[in-house]
Amino acid sequence: MMLSVKNISKNFGGIKAVDGCSFEVKENTITSLIGPNGAGKTTLFNVISGLTAPDSGTIKLLNKKINNLPPYKIAQAGISRTFQLTKVFKNMSIKDNLLIANNTGEDKMKKLLESVYLQKPLNTTASELSYGQQRLLELARALLKPHSLLMLDEPTAGVNPRIRQELKSILKRLRKDGKTILLIEHDMDFVMDISDFVVVLNEGKVLKIGKPKDIAKDKRVLEAYLGK
Amino acid sequence: MILDYFVILMTSLAFYTILVLALNLAVGFTGLINLGHMVFFGIGAYTSAILTTHGIPWYFAFILAGLLASVLGTLIAAITVRLKGEYFAMVTLGLVFIATAISRNWISLTRGALGIPGVPDIIRDNFYYMIFSWAVAGLCILFLYKLTNSETGKVLQAIRDDETAAAILGKNTYFYKVLSIAISTFFAGIAGSLFAHHINFVDPSVFDLEFFIFVISMLIAGGLASLKGSIVGVFGLSIVSEAMRYIVVSPSLIGAVRDIVYVVILIIILIYKPKGIFGKVDV
Repeated sequence: MMLSVKNISKNFGGIKAVDGCSFEVKENTITSLIGPNGAGKTTLFNVISGLTAPDSGTIKLLNKKINNLPPYKIAQAGISRTFQLTKVFKNMSIKDNLLIANNTGEDKMKKLLESVYLQKPLNTTASELSYGQQRLLELARALLKPHSLLMLDEPTAGVNPRIRQELKSILKRLRKDGKTILLIEHDMDFVMDISDFVVVLNEGKVLKIGKPKDIAKDKRVLEAYLGK
Repeated sequence: MILDYFVILMTSLAFYTILVLALNLAVGFTGLINLGHMVFFGIGAYTSAILTTHGIPWYFAFILAGLLASVLGTLIAAITVRLKGEYFAMVTLGLVFIATAISRNWISLTRGALGIPGVPDIIRDNFYYMIFSWAVAGLCILFLYKLTNSETGKVLQAIRDDETAAAILGKNTYFYKVLSIAISTFFAGIAGSLFAHHINFVDPSVFDLEFFIFVISMLIAGGLASLKGSIVGVFGLSIVSEAMRYIVVSPSLIGAVRDIVYVVILIIILIYKPKGIFGKVDV
C-alpha cells in the first residue's frame, strides 16, 4: 500500500475540518479526493504533507509512519505535492526552481519542461510566467523531486481549457509510467475520466470510496454536491 | 592631505561593504529582516577592542571578533528564526536595546559610555590598512558570490520566496535560515573589528539606530539580493554622506538632516527603480 490514512482528525477551534478520515491509496493508481467546498480536502492534504499536525490518527507511507515528522522529512520520505494556489519561487529562474527540487542537468530539465508542455527558456524568471504556466512549473518541480507519491491540489483550477487538456494527458501518461497520484479536483469530468478510485469527503468525513462509475451513481454523493 | 582623506574614506567603504553585503545575505537573499545587524558589528568591534587593549595579538582578536559575533548570532537565530517576517524583525530590533544597555552598564568590561580608546592599529600606515581592509572585503565578496550562486545559496533564495514550498521539496528550512544568520553575523563581526582598528576607539554609539539607518539605506538603494547592488549602494550613499559635510547645518541638527536626506534619496530611487538600482527582489 502506498499511503494509508487512518482515523485522521483535525479541529480548528470548534470546527471539525477533518473528522476521523480513513482511506488508502494503492500503488500505481490515480486516486481522487472530491467533495464540496469546505469538505476538508486541502486540510487533509496539509496533514498528510506535514504542514498541519493532526489531532489524532496515523498516516503511513509505504508502511512507515510519517504523521509526526516535519514537512521536509515527509518530503524526503517520498511525498511530492503541489498547491491550490501555486507556490513557485517567483524571483528565481525556471532552472533554479527546478534545481531546488533536484540538481539534475539542464538537458533533463528541458526534457521535463517539454513533457509538461512548458516551452520557455530555463533562464525565464518564474514571475514572468502566466498563472497556468506557473502551475505547470510547479508540477514539473514536484515531478523532478524524487518521490513515490505525487499529490496534486486542484491542478486544473484557474487554468485555460488547453492547459487543462494537457494536464489530463500528462496525468494519464504518468499513470502509465507507474506513478501513484493522489489528486484533489473539482472538475467532475476530469475526475471521472482519469481516476482509478474516488474518495468522497463531506463535512470532514469520508462519505464514499469507490470506482468512478459507482461514485457517479451514488445518491448520498449527489446529495452532498447538489443538496436534497 | 587629499590623499589622506581619500585613504580614510576608502577604508571605511571597505567595512561598510562587508557590513552591507552581510546584511544582504540575511535580508535580500534569505528574507530574514534582521534589524539587529549592528549588534553583531558592535560585538565584533568590542571584541577586537577589548582583546587588543589587553595585549592579545590583532589577528586572534580579528578572527575572534567574527567568531564571537557568529556564535551569538547563531544562538539567537536558533531561538528566533522560526518567527514569521515582522515578528523576527521586532525581536532583532529588541537586541539593539539590550546590546546598548549592556555596553553602557557593564563598565568593568566596556568602560560604559566612556568607551574604549587606544585600540591599536593593525597596520600603522593608513594606505596599507586600506589595502588590508579591501583585501578582507574582497574575500568577503568572493565568498558571498560563491555562496549565493551555489546550491545552498539557491535554497536560501527559495526560502525567501516561499518557505513552505522549500520545505515540501525536502529542505530543512530552519537549518538553512540559522546558517544564513551565522554567516551574516560572522561578516558583521569582521566589519566591526576593521572599524575598531580604523578609528582606534569603540563606544556604545556603534549600536545607534542612526548608523543602522545609513547601512540599510545603502542596502535598499543598491537593491536586495544583488551583491553588485550592495557595493554600488555603499559607494553612492557614502558619496552623498561626504558631500553633506559641505552643507552648513548646525552640528546639533546634522544627524537628523542626514537621515532625512537618506530617506528622500531612497524614496526617489524606489519611485524610479522599485527594486533598488540592481535589486532582484521587491523591497
